[in-house]
Amino acid sequence: MELHVFLIPPAESARRKGPHDRIVMSSRVRLARNLKDAAFPGWAKKPERVRVLEMIRPTIEALPEMKGAFSGTMDGLSSLDKQILVERHLISREHAAKSAGSGLVLNREETLCFMINEEDHLRMQALRPGLQLRQAWATIDQADSTLEKTLNYAFSPELGYLTACPTNLGTGIRVSAMLHLPGLVLAEQINPIIQSVNKLGLAVRGLYGEGTEALGNVFQVSNQMTLGESEGAIVERLEKVLAQLIEHEENARGTLLEKKPKMVYNHIGRAYGILANAHSISSKETMNLLSLMRLGVDLGSFPGVDRSLVDELFMLTQPAHLQKQHSEKLSAEERDLLRADMVRERLRPVSRPVVPPAASPGAGLDKPAK
Amino acid sequence: MLCCICKEKEATVHLTQIAGDKMQKVDLCEECAKTKGVNDPTGFSLADLLLGLGASQEIEQAGGVTGLKCPACGFTQADFKKAGRLGCPECYQTFAEPLEGLLKTMHKGTRHAGKVPESLRQNRDLCDRLLLLQKKLNKAIEQEDFEKAAVLRDEIKQTTSRGTTPTAR
Repeated sequence: MELHVFLIPPAESARRKGPHDRIVMSSRVRLARNLKDAAFPGWAKKPERVRVLEMIRPTIEALPEMKGAFSGTMDGLSSLDKQILVERHLISREHAAKSAGSGLVLNREETLCFMINEEDHLRMQALRPGLQLRQAWATIDQADSTLEKTLNYAFSPELGYLTACPTNLGTGIRVSAMLHLPGLVLAEQINPIIQSVNKLGLAVRGLYGEGTEALGNVFQVSNQMTLGESEGAIVERLEKVLAQLIEHEENARGTLLEKKPKMVYNHIGRAYGILANAHSISSKETMNLLSLMRLGVDLGSFPGVDRSLVDELFMLTQPAHLQKQHSEKLSAEERDLLRADMVRERLRPVSRPVVPPAASPGAGLDKPAK
Repeated sequence: MLCCICKEKEATVHLTQIAGDKMQKVDLCEECAKTKGVNDPTGFSLADLLLGLGASQEIEQAGGVTGLKCPACGFTQADFKKAGRLGCPECYQTFAEPLEGLLKTMHKGTRHAGKVPESLRQNRDLCDRLLLLQKKLNKAIEQEDFEKAAVLRDEIKQTTSRGTTPTAR
């Protein structure tokens, strides 16, 4: 099946709900695994990579949870399809650059994704909307336990799962969540927060992982250390920090509304104004403004508008998704025009933002139970 | 341009980071870039970069003069310095010494504390059990309790044959 037919339509994908999804956009747990007696993908010659791919791919396809999955080799995917997978956070940018000897298996629901011969022989990840780290870990743990019956993993009792990069050694686990933190950014509290999260041994990254900027006030928080701590302990640590981040973000929003409501509604109003009226707009500007609109939806400025509209546009306005809706090859300038057209059209039924009646400042805040 | 930390040496590491609508530029000399490490107040992606820088230097120092080479895949220490990644699972044995210090700075501990593949878990249990049975057998022989020794011998035989099945794949 062609990949673009297989993928869930953005509208449907944006409607998926999860706990605390007002701030936590998604949760992910990734495991890195390698086969014994084979060089890591970065060092292996092509025939060896192909051999590994041919060994791993059928094993994954046979998993009960991967029934009806999409399975392909990276050289069989167009660069546009690969870019779309990156924009959906299903594969890494590194994996998108791969060709023959690398592969991908993705389940129907887009909740389980296996990258074969990325940096490691196997990188498997479970994705969930909202804050669901435990569930994601349980899902991927189960898949891994089934795979280990067939695949002979490289494992050492002292060092755990052996990975191409020593930074992933041990559990090979990366637990992460994608957070929307416009309140902390507007309140200029984001830098000290990032600093203190870093001190706890966790990494904070931009929207597309390693080395990317935080477009649209979206941040990824993940564990850095993988050796000397169990998976359960890492998940628990992340959960604790995320609960605090949610609380800090809600507090920042509450304080902003109390102390500087004009500043907040000014940002939201201007964001709406530009998005609803622009005739040319870059994807970066779109994301930053959509983030403010998303905040507006959270704060009740757009009664009757669901957050999924914003989340859908977040996805649809990115370069590859936009290109996919048009048959001819678009230049960046043409994309900016078509992007603006689409956003204007989609925002036509959305009325100008209102300043909601002064509710008690804490109303509607989403604070996790401690 | 001078390093924005020590304000003495020439800055050779230039980093830009955008958070929200704020752009931050940091210009560091090599030494300050190294010492700043993970706790760099200006950032996250920066932290990774700096961690990487420190790592390769550490490896170089720990490796000393002799260049190691993995017998399984031919990967050398120079390759590791260049790529920051290893060649094959066997490399962890080959480069165990230079890696030790690196792992200490990089991770919470140096011993795996997480999941263990089921087959190895069973094996480990079997090994423990065999050791125990062997001890009992030795004791039985010592005490000339041959009846008991025979029972234990059979049990060991059984356990051993069970143990070979999961590892044979």
